[in-house]
Amino acid sequence: MSIIIDGNTKLAVSGLTGREGSFHGLRNKAYGTDLVAGVTPGKGGQDVEGTPVFDTIADAVTEAGANTSMIFVPARFAAAAIDEAIDSGVETVIAITEGIPVLDMLGTYWKAREKGVRLIGPNCPGVLSPGKANVGIIPDAFFDPGPIGVVSKSGTLTYQIGNELKQAGTGNSSIVGIGGDPIVGSDFIDILKLYEADPDTELIVMVGEIGGDAEERAAEFIAAEVSKPVVAYIAGFTAPPGKQMGHAGAIISGSSGTAQAKKDALEAKGVRVGESPTETAAIAVETLRG
Amino acid sequence: MDLLEYQGKQLFAKHGIAVPSGEVADNVDDAVAAAERIGYPCAIKAQVLIGGRGKAGGVKIAKDVDEARQYASDIIGMDITGPHGEGPFRVDSVWVEGGSDIAEEYYASIILDRGEKKLLAMVSAKGGMDIEAVAAGNPADLTKVHIDPTKPFDAAAARSIVEAAGLAADALDEAADVLAKLNEVAREEDATLIEVNPLIVTADRKVVALDAKVTIDGNSLFRHEDLAEIADTVDDPQEQMAKEKGLTYVKLDGNVGILANGAGLCMSTLDVVAQAGGAPANFLDAGGGSKADAIVNALEVIKSDSKVTAILFNIFGGITRCDEIAKGIVTASSQIDLDLPLVVRLDGTNFEEGLAILAEANLPNLHQEKTMLDAARRVVELAGGAVRA
Repeated sequence: MSIIIDGNTKLAVSGLTGREGSFHGLRNKAYGTDLVAGVTPGKGGQDVEGTPVFDTIADAVTEAGANTSMIFVPARFAAAAIDEAIDSGVETVIAITEGIPVLDMLGTYWKAREKGVRLIGPNCPGVLSPGKANVGIIPDAFFDPGPIGVVSKSGTLTYQIGNELKQAGTGNSSIVGIGGDPIVGSDFIDILKLYEADPDTELIVMVGEIGGDAEERAAEFIAAEVSKPVVAYIAGFTAPPGKQMGHAGAIISGSSGTAQAKKDALEAKGVRVGESPTETAAIAVETLRG
Repeated sequence: MDLLEYQGKQLFAKHGIAVPSGEVADNVDDAVAAAERIGYPCAIKAQVLIGGRGKAGGVKIAKDVDEARQYASDIIGMDITGPHGEGPFRVDSVWVEGGSDIAEEYYASIILDRGEKKLLAMVSAKGGMDIEAVAAGNPADLTKVHIDPTKPFDAAAARSIVEAAGLAADALDEAADVLAKLNEVAREEDATLIEVNPLIVTADRKVVALDAKVTIDGNSLFRHEDLAEIADTVDDPQEQMAKEKGLTYVKLDGNVGILANGAGLCMSTLDVVAQAGGAPANFLDAGGGSKADAIVNALEVIKSDSKVTAILFNIFGGITRCDEIAKGIVTASSQIDLDLPLVVRLDGTNFEEGLAILAEANLPNLHQEKTMLDAARRVVELAGGAVRA
């Protein structure tokens, strides 16, 4: 098994007619993801290399059977596109777009919760379930099927750790990029719950970074609810206070939200925290092979 | 993006919140002229993006023109260090405003609570002092109420919060109105933090915002032309240069210049360099920037910081291919004088092709390392004079 996406995923890509959307949508299809539709208002009836394009996500659901929506729409229109996806009848919405105004996400976050739609992102690399499906921009070459579930705020850092796991001869049930924005649809805890319930996941690697308190909350949740081993990595020990480091979420003020505070919170609950991506992968492999 | 006090007050005034009238000045003569127009007593306040300026001597009340001149010349050009050791920040301008007759000092703020995914309103009758100390010492003195994002935040909702905070009965209506308008500022101006400390009641019982700390979401600037103009003014020369070139760059204090792709990997690179005993000079996320001109731009920005003595490129190719990045480095080296040691670590998509391209080019001053940890150790060694950050 895997989480969020698998062989039953039927994907509709909002923005498939755009440059980025078509590149990644078609790359996902080439990996084996069942790409059933593109969505661009006003371009219904066209196709992108054989994939039909609809005017609305709801049309993609009723006419092409889409159950998962990927959002590749420019930032200023993206929250509206996510709202449309939430109302369309899909089960899962994966929002790749970066730079969405955070207050736009307030209403969208609660709308998704109310409707029971799983929202991943925004500003995330997407989800990859090796050997089954890839939705987003995660390069599949560094990930083989295996027993390790990965959940991460960061893209390239995840590829780095994934590559080290692969070189150590292991692989992943799924890789979930939750995104680094201050408000994301799914937090560490939401994904930890899914991995805990997934029979094919034996160990969880969690990659966090400075800002917010999602890692601290995850530490509490792990202690109370997660029976599987969790190995963590936190980036941003050297970040100066109050400076923004690219991800809007990576803002710290005072001591709360610092990398050290997160590491301490996780270690206090028995989670091993690697000093570098390399050490983190090594701890994961060592724990797995016990 | 943080606003200076006077910029925040201008935003408040736009939304109908009472603020003292005043003028901004970036030199002593203009400050004195402003004080003469405003009358005495007047407040001369350092405009700087850090708290604790009052304690640092950055806020003075002038009783006459001589004091106005004295205080303006003391404050303009002074360096202010934040309460947690941030900075120092140079004061480039002062805000001169009419003195207020203060009867009560309250605290009010609206902040994005990312954990709860809601805006949080906080009000206290004990304003005018360190609100963190109030919250820590006696949490009951700080009323905290989350704002339901699915409902309008009306006067009644605002009134129940200021009532709970125990503000004076005759100030409740105006204070509730101010709180509702602060929420309006948050929603309409995309502010993720608005703090008013103190929010005062004057002797004639008017509620006035005497200070303003406002943070605007940088992602929202496309729909706020007036605020976008403020964002274009960056003090640091390297940060200004990076902004013009479209790079995500943050200047730090060390001597090891750093370029990585992706914010997370870049932060991790800083950490690993620090663990190796080095001091990073900057954060630079090249993003998907694999093209030669992006690499030339990044190198120019990093090298323009005279403290930098060696540079580390830490690239993990995903969608971006390492052979493209290697070609970019080779092209860049023909356009820019590579007179500093450059340590390159390429891994990920097409890294073998990338390494071959670099080996063939045989660039002077270029050192290849296979792993992130080895690359960090090497660059720290080459940077020399390494000091732990």
